[in-house]
Amino acid sequence: MSSNTLRRRWPLLLPPLLWQLAFFLLPLLFLFVISFWSISNFRLQPDLTLKNWDFMLNRSAFWSAYGHTWAMALGAAIVTTCCSFPAACSLAFTVPERTRKLALMFLVVPFFTSYLVRVYSWQAFLSDNGIVNVLFGLLGLDPLPMLNTNFGSLVGYVTLSLPLVTLVQTMGLAQIDRSLIEAAHNLRAGPVRTLFSVIIPLGKPSLVVGALFAFILAFGDFVAPTYLGGGAPPTLSNLIIDTTKSGQQWPRAAVVAIVMILTLVATSLVAVRLAYGRRK
Amino acid sequence: MVRLARWFGWGYTAYTFLFILAPIAASLVFSFNADRFPALPLTGFSTDWYVATFSDPLIIEAFQRSLMVAVPVALLSTVLGFCAAYCDYRFVFRGKSLFSLLMLLPPTIPAVIMGLGMLSYLSRINLAGEIGAVLISHVVIALPFAMAMIRLRLAQMDDALEEASWNLHASPAQTLWHVVIPFCKQSLIAAFLITAAVSFDEFAVAWFVSGLNETVPVRVLVFLQGQVSPVINAIGTVVFSSSILLVALGMAVSGVGKAKQAGADGSPA
Repeated sequence: MSSNTLRRRWPLLLPPLLWQLAFFLLPLLFLFVISFWSISNFRLQPDLTLKNWDFMLNRSAFWSAYGHTWAMALGAAIVTTCCSFPAACSLAFTVPERTRKLALMFLVVPFFTSYLVRVYSWQAFLSDNGIVNVLFGLLGLDPLPMLNTNFGSLVGYVTLSLPLVTLVQTMGLAQIDRSLIEAAHNLRAGPVRTLFSVIIPLGKPSLVVGALFAFILAFGDFVAPTYLGGGAPPTLSNLIIDTTKSGQQWPRAAVVAIVMILTLVATSLVAVRLAYGRRK
Repeated sequence: MVRLARWFGWGYTAYTFLFILAPIAASLVFSFNADRFPALPLTGFSTDWYVATFSDPLIIEAFQRSLMVAVPVALLSTVLGFCAAYCDYRFVFRGKSLFSLLMLLPPTIPAVIMGLGMLSYLSRINLAGEIGAVLISHVVIALPFAMAMIRLRLAQMDDALEEASWNLHASPAQTLWHVVIPFCKQSLIAAFLITAAVSFDEFAVAWFVSGLNETVPVRVLVFLQGQVSPVINAIGTVVFSSSILLVALGMAVSGVGKAKQAGADGSPA
């Protein structure tokens, strides 16, 4: 059997392996390579120079974009996690399984709508005389500027990741052994105490993984910060697009991309340790 | 107190769904609104924006192009995804976790970075700016979704099923074709539909590598960069309703399959 297995492994293993090596890993490695190349006469020239790294890393504009992107992504992760937690608890603990399945199906619906169209639609809600401000007016409140602010970006980020985060949290929380919650009740722990010493510690992996997804999605998104956040200050993705599209400076954009990847890898490692690490 | 918290939870959940569905509903409503600017109050019913959508040759071409990409992408990523999922399920080999990581990683890389990487790499081998460049990139992004869905289905398969087939002198290839693939049929259909939807929706990488060959979402992005255009709502509604129709179709197909499956499973037990 084992030689048999060995022989028939390759025809199945090789196609996906070669595809992802050739069209996923190599392009990413190639980004690293061209970050040391130079541009002459608007053309990419093989080279071994540090000037792209030098140029990007010594610009204050780069670091302010980095700080802004990081802060917004962290904010998005925290806000999305907190916003979806009550809903996930509700779906995981208080509704029958049929209802939960139906709700989870609804959470998949946004997956089939264009994120671009949803962001465009939010503009109609958030603009100065948009739907939200019209409703505010009916309540006698002053209009609030929301479009082209950080709040606008945040609405976009939450739109992008809330369904996924709620899905992850609900599935994680639904797996918690009910008898542990009942035990807490029997030991006269109040609802708040049960929440903080039973549900949150047991649901921690799904909470952290959900937050990590929200962070990754927000960190790389350029649509919400551009069309809801007003594009200023730029995020790292905006910086890549500007450097690539208008400047034709691919090597410099590659430097930004590599810094982003390293940041995401580091964040993911911290998150995984946080989620699955031993509790003290 | 507990009952109050429960009601609060349900209210909050309803509110969450409102937040998720509001932009979708609004784009549907405004796509039929006569006014050019999406604002309240609504000014009247009109199908002008749909007429404008379907009489714009750029949009029509974009739709054709998107379909031309989405169908082969769905086919290729479902086949490759099945291979990867089966390898992960059946074989034990060195570097297997690295293999699975490589297969599943692409969706976590920000699209802008994928776009830049693809653009610089594919232009080196003279593929950038072609419709094939979009196809290649979309398979990379969609394959993990197919693999994950098919792997979930394989996890439900009884090991004895394949062993029985081998004992009956079926070759591994015959077993794959007559036993494993029929078992995974529903998930293969689902993977095909989902990966087609992923491709049809993807705008960032396509925007980088497509050059002048705009797909539908790239066209929408260009509209978004310009001035207010209710055509966006019309395109969004058309795309949304056709994807939902496709998914409903897929679910109906797999639902029928499921009923049969249950019958087949039930009889020997």
